[in-house]
Amino acid sequence: MSAASTPARPAAIKGPSTRRARITAVTSGKGGVGKTFVSANLAAALARQGRRVLVLDADLGLANLDVMLNLAPKITLHDVFTGKSLLQDAVLPAPGGFSVLLAGSGMVEYSRMTPEVRDQLLQVIDTVAPRFDHVILDTGAGISDVVLYAVSLADEVLVVVTPEPTSMTDAYATIKVLASTQARTRVKLVVNQTRRQGEGRAVCLQLQQVVDRFVNPTQPAPVRLDLLGQVPLDVAVRDSVLRRQLLLEVLPGTPAALAVATVAAQLLD
Amino acid sequence: MARTPHAQRRAAPALQLDTALQLLRQAGHELPAGEPGSAPWLQALIDSLVDLSSRDALTGLANRRSFELALAREIDRVARAGEPALLLALDIDHFKQVNDTHGHASGDLVIKAVAKALLECVRPMDMVARVGGEEFAIVMPNCPAAFGEAVAERVRRRIEAMPVAIGPSQQIRVSISIGGAFAPQWVRSSPALWIERADVQLYRAKAEGRNRVCLEPSTLSVVSAEEKALLFGISQFQDIE
Repeated sequence: MSAASTPARPAAIKGPSTRRARITAVTSGKGGVGKTFVSANLAAALARQGRRVLVLDADLGLANLDVMLNLAPKITLHDVFTGKSLLQDAVLPAPGGFSVLLAGSGMVEYSRMTPEVRDQLLQVIDTVAPRFDHVILDTGAGISDVVLYAVSLADEVLVVVTPEPTSMTDAYATIKVLASTQARTRVKLVVNQTRRQGEGRAVCLQLQQVVDRFVNPTQPAPVRLDLLGQVPLDVAVRDSVLRRQLLLEVLPGTPAALAVATVAAQLLD
Repeated sequence: MARTPHAQRRAAPALQLDTALQLLRQAGHELPAGEPGSAPWLQALIDSLVDLSSRDALTGLANRRSFELALAREIDRVARAGEPALLLALDIDHFKQVNDTHGHASGDLVIKAVAKALLECVRPMDMVARVGGEEFAIVMPNCPAAFGEAVAERVRRRIEAMPVAIGPSQQIRVSISIGGAFAPQWVRSSPALWIERADVQLYRAKAEGRNRVCLEPSTLSVVSAEEKALLFGISQFQDIE
C-alpha cells in the first residue's frame, strides 16, 4: 500500500496519434442488444471503405464473436495470454474482409480483472494498433472492471442501445459510469432494433436529457451523446445471425445492412 | 493398547516444536492445553501459530497477509451478493518526523495508539490491518456508499483529537490521511485493483494537504427512481421528427 503507487488509469484515453489505429470500444450495458452484431458488421462496412480493420473480442469471459462469424479458431487470445502462441498468429481473417482476434474458451479465468490481465490486454492493443487503421473492441455485457478497462483504452466509445426500457436504463448507467470514471465527454450512440423513423433520435434525446439533468452537473465537462444512426428491426438480421453469416455479406441490400453502412460512414465523418 | 506409545514414538523424533513454543511464549500467546504431542494439542498449537502469523507483531492488528485474504473474500461477497463494501487506506502524516524528532520508540507508541484508536472506531465486523510501517487499511463489509464519507471522516477526526503519550509528561498529536474506494458491486474484481484504487485516493489526500479524507468519486451504476422517471416519463415512444 504505497501512497506513491501509480494512478489507476495510466494508459487511459490517449488521443489518436499518427500511424496508430483509431480504437473504438463497442459496449452496451445490457447484453443481447446486438452489440456483437454491430461490431462485426460495422467492421465489414469499414473494411469495404478500404480500411484495415481488426475486431478484438474484449468480452474475455463470454465470447460471442466466433459464434457470430462461424469461426473455430485454433489460436486465440487465451493462447497469447498463456504464452503458447504469438500474437501475430492469433490474428485471423474474418469473412467480411477484416481481421479478428478472438478470446477463445478458457478465458473465463481472465474475466476477472487483475494487473496481469490489464498488462496483457494493454500489450496486445499496443502491438496491434500500429498495424491497422481501425480497431474495434467488442466488450462484454455489463459494466465489469474488464469492460471498463477495455473501454478506457479506446479513443471513442460507441454504446449500442435498443428502445426497450431495460436497455435504455443499462445504457444510461454505462454512460454515467464512463463519465465519472473516465471523464468521457463524447459518447457515440447506435440505436438498434428501431421500429419507426425517428425512434433513434427520440432515444438519444431522452438519454441526453437525463444525462444533462443528473450526470452533467457533477462533471467538470458535460457529456454529449452523438447519434450515429439507428438500425431498424429487420428479419434479415435474425436470418443472418442464425446462418452465422455477416448481414453485410449475405444480405447487403436490406434496410438493416444499409443502416449499418450509414453508421460506418457517420463514424468516419 | 500399543497405539498411543507407538504414535508418540513416531511423532517425537519428527517434530521439533521448541521454536514454535518459544515463539508463542514470546508473543504472550496461551500455550496449547492437553497432552503434549496428542492430536488436539498439536491442533491447538497450529491454531495458535496461524493466529500469530496473521497478526502484526507490534499492534496485534491483522497483518498484510490476512488483510489480503480478507479482501479476496470480500470481493467474492460483493460480486455474489452485491453488498457494497468500502476499503480505506490510511497513513500517518509526517511519521518520519515523529521518528526523527522523538525517536523510534516513540514512533512505535504512536503506531500502537493509532492502531488501538482505529479498532475502537469501527464495527466488530470491520477488519483493521497494519499493512506497512505507518500504513493501515480497513475493510468495511456492507457499508452503503452514502455512509462512506461519514465513516472515514469519523476515523480521521478520532485520530486528530487523540493525544499520544510518548513520555511521562510528553504528549504529541498526529493526523492521518485516508483514501477510500468501494468495491464495484456485482463485479468480480481483484484485491490488487481495489487496493490500487484506494491508494490513488490516499495519494490524492496527501497531495491535497494531508489530514483529510478522499474517497473515489461515486461510480454508482445504480439508476435512481428519479432518473428512471425522467428517462421514461416523456415522449420516449413518440416520434420527434
